[in-house]
Amino acid sequence: MALCSVSGAPWLCQAKMAKDASYAPGFSACPACSVAPLASSIAHRSGPVQARVVLSLPGVHCAACISGVERGLIALPGVRDARVNLTLKRAMIDATPDVTPEMLIAALGRLGYEAHELDAGALAAAQTDWQGRDLLMRLGVAGFAMMNVMLLSIAVWSGAEDATRDMFHWISGMIALPTVAFAGQPFFRSAIVALRAGRLGMDVPISLAIILASAISVYETTQSGHHAYFDAAVMLTFFLLAGRYLDHRTRAVARSAAQELAALEVPRAVRLTQDGTEEVVAIAALVPGDLVRVRPGARLPVDGCVQSGTSEIDRAFLTGESLPAMAAPGTDVSAGEVNLTGPLVVRVTAAGRDTRLHRIADLVAMAESARTRYTSLADRAARAYSPMVHILALVAFAGWMQASGGDLRLSLNIAAAVLIITCPCALGLAVPAVVTAASGRLYKLGLLIKSGTALERLAAIDTVVFDKTGTLTKGAPRPIGLGPQDAGDLAIAAGLAQGSAHPLAQALVAEALARAIAPARIDDVQEVPGYGIEGRHAGQRVRLGRAAWVGAQALPRTASYLAVGTAPPRAFAFADTLRDGAPEAVAGLLARGLEVWVISGDAEAAVADLADQLGIAHRVAGALPEEKLARVQDMQAHGRHVLMVGDGLNDTAALAAAHVSVAPASGLDAARVASDIVLMGQDLRVLPEALRIGQLSVRRIRQNFALSAIYNIVAVPIALAGFATPLIAALAMSTSSITVSLNAMRLNGGRRWKR
Amino acid sequence: METLGILIPVSLVLGGLGLAAFFWSLRSRQYDDPEGDARRILNTDYDDAPKP
Repeated sequence: MALCSVSGAPWLCQAKMAKDASYAPGFSACPACSVAPLASSIAHRSGPVQARVVLSLPGVHCAACISGVERGLIALPGVRDARVNLTLKRAMIDATPDVTPEMLIAALGRLGYEAHELDAGALAAAQTDWQGRDLLMRLGVAGFAMMNVMLLSIAVWSGAEDATRDMFHWISGMIALPTVAFAGQPFFRSAIVALRAGRLGMDVPISLAIILASAISVYETTQSGHHAYFDAAVMLTFFLLAGRYLDHRTRAVARSAAQELAALEVPRAVRLTQDGTEEVVAIAALVPGDLVRVRPGARLPVDGCVQSGTSEIDRAFLTGESLPAMAAPGTDVSAGEVNLTGPLVVRVTAAGRDTRLHRIADLVAMAESARTRYTSLADRAARAYSPMVHILALVAFAGWMQASGGDLRLSLNIAAAVLIITCPCALGLAVPAVVTAASGRLYKLGLLIKSGTALERLAAIDTVVFDKTGTLTKGAPRPIGLGPQDAGDLAIAAGLAQGSAHPLAQALVAEALARAIAPARIDDVQEVPGYGIEGRHAGQRVRLGRAAWVGAQALPRTASYLAVGTAPPRAFAFADTLRDGAPEAVAGLLARGLEVWVISGDAEAAVADLADQLGIAHRVAGALPEEKLARVQDMQAHGRHVLMVGDGLNDTAALAAAHVSVAPASGLDAARVASDIVLMGQDLRVLPEALRIGQLSVRRIRQNFALSAIYNIVAVPIALAGFATPLIAALAMSTSSITVSLNAMRLNGGRRWKR
Repeated sequence: METLGILIPVSLVLGGLGLAAFFWSLRSRQYDDPEGDARRILNTDYDDAPKP
């Protein structure tokens, strides 16, 4: 069975290899690694390529959504064709070159659908899922052969004799042998790999059973024997391929998510050349000493020192601070921070591997090594099971050789029967069937499982650690304490704020819109980067911005100040809004008896405020990334299993160190890469439910192991005693496989019955 | 007994037809968006007139 466990480590290598120019792309069996060439191909491409537009649509879920999105897109000028793929939650759009993805995203936003741009070229490069189609084809062939051979076998079981039986055996053989040779290849190949490495995986007993069964049957047929196991060989191949295909599909979903994450990030920078012109280059091409221009609203691509320009920068991803910091010539800035108001020219001090961002990634790699040591339930079962199978078959062979006085044919027959019956057919389905059912259910809740063993690990959780900014809160401030009497001031503030990218300004505009207050008309609007916005309203000078610049007394909290003419300035205070479902999620987790922590890099007051609001007793403020990591590692060292939920760069090390980690899709890509589960929606409410499903699926996996053990306990003595017939083998195999699959599917249906 | 001589080839040919149909559906990418295709039949857009 050898379920390749997709642990966190390969996901991380993708980010690393993207920057490693010497990495040679090639095929590899690990799905995460086959994404790596994709990531590097993005890094090496620089100029914008206008091809088909691919949008990610995390919110579509029904027939009405499909036609709504398609009709909405086709109605736009310049769009030739649009097609939604609901399975991948993507839209493929064919449009004229003057249609920009931003226009399409805005149009979908007006229709109420959330959309993100994906790099179409990057997706096309890795989209052909030939492995999945290959497995499906082999499964189809095995299924066809199984049905036909079974038809013939029923005649033999019900008493066909002599020439008829021989003829049926011959026909079965002619169908079965090519099928086994073609459909069994995945098992043979991985068995050879395992043997070369000196291991006994699940595929070694599987291959041995298939080959021995076929060989014995051919021999028996030529001797006009009574028993031929052609049906068993084909059935084994079919059931095991079914398990393999399910397993592949789970990983394909994860892989397409990895592609999507890589495609969301298009790493380019604007470099200023000697003669003052601008050129767009890949981040990998930057060296210390280069000058790069950073637009307002863009993320800083490198570590550096501000050369010219003033602005404010948002450090929330790096440090968790919710308040933007001032940036002026001489300020040191780090990759990953967001430039808010004015254009900046930054002299590069470190690029690529040397940036602070990348050093945090190294921290992640170290923390991660602890998690890769986790052995999945399937691996543990395989390790105990496969030597036992071989020993049993060998004992049966030796025992019967002894007892029958050297009857090779009889002994081989019995050894083959033992191998066929003990063959881990149900075991091969036990885990993939449960994981498929559970991740399908979680996907419907908006959770994407990236790692195959995340479900098992989720079941062991007893402590939950949240990050604050961007995780428990939306990271979007809202003005508070406004009454109807503030309408005039708000109108002026909104009028000033309209053109700005500053989050506080945008919050004021949104608030005015929500209260149906039309922004006032302001003339000569001018943004003074780093300070605020200035303009003229009704003949008076109006300013909105920092306290000192406006001439106001600074409040001890996040606030923006408005001065109208010479009147005393007034303050708009802001509070971060809670993410949807955060109170319910925390309450749900506490109700399940879990310990809930909030560990944030933000100021004491802001953290305490939020923790009180949500009823979280354990809180840590002002934590650096290293401290977050140390806290999580400390808890784990004390035997706790930590679920870390975070979105920022300062969380990534802690995310990688935790037993399981969840990152919202809105988070930084580094955080999503380091985590096992990505939260596609906005709502946190699904977390307690996800924990429940994790526990449920581990219980199902254990039950499945127990079920297949019971079948073996019943059937193995029959085989050892030499009473096994092809009929008994077929019955044991199919009933155990079907019970195991049905048990796994209960995971999906249980809810419906209860209602 | 003679019936077997007819029925077995017939059943094999019918099964082979099914297998060929499966290969065709696999090649024409009908398994790329199973979820979407299942929902699309509920779409009322082209109930009265075919898609232009």
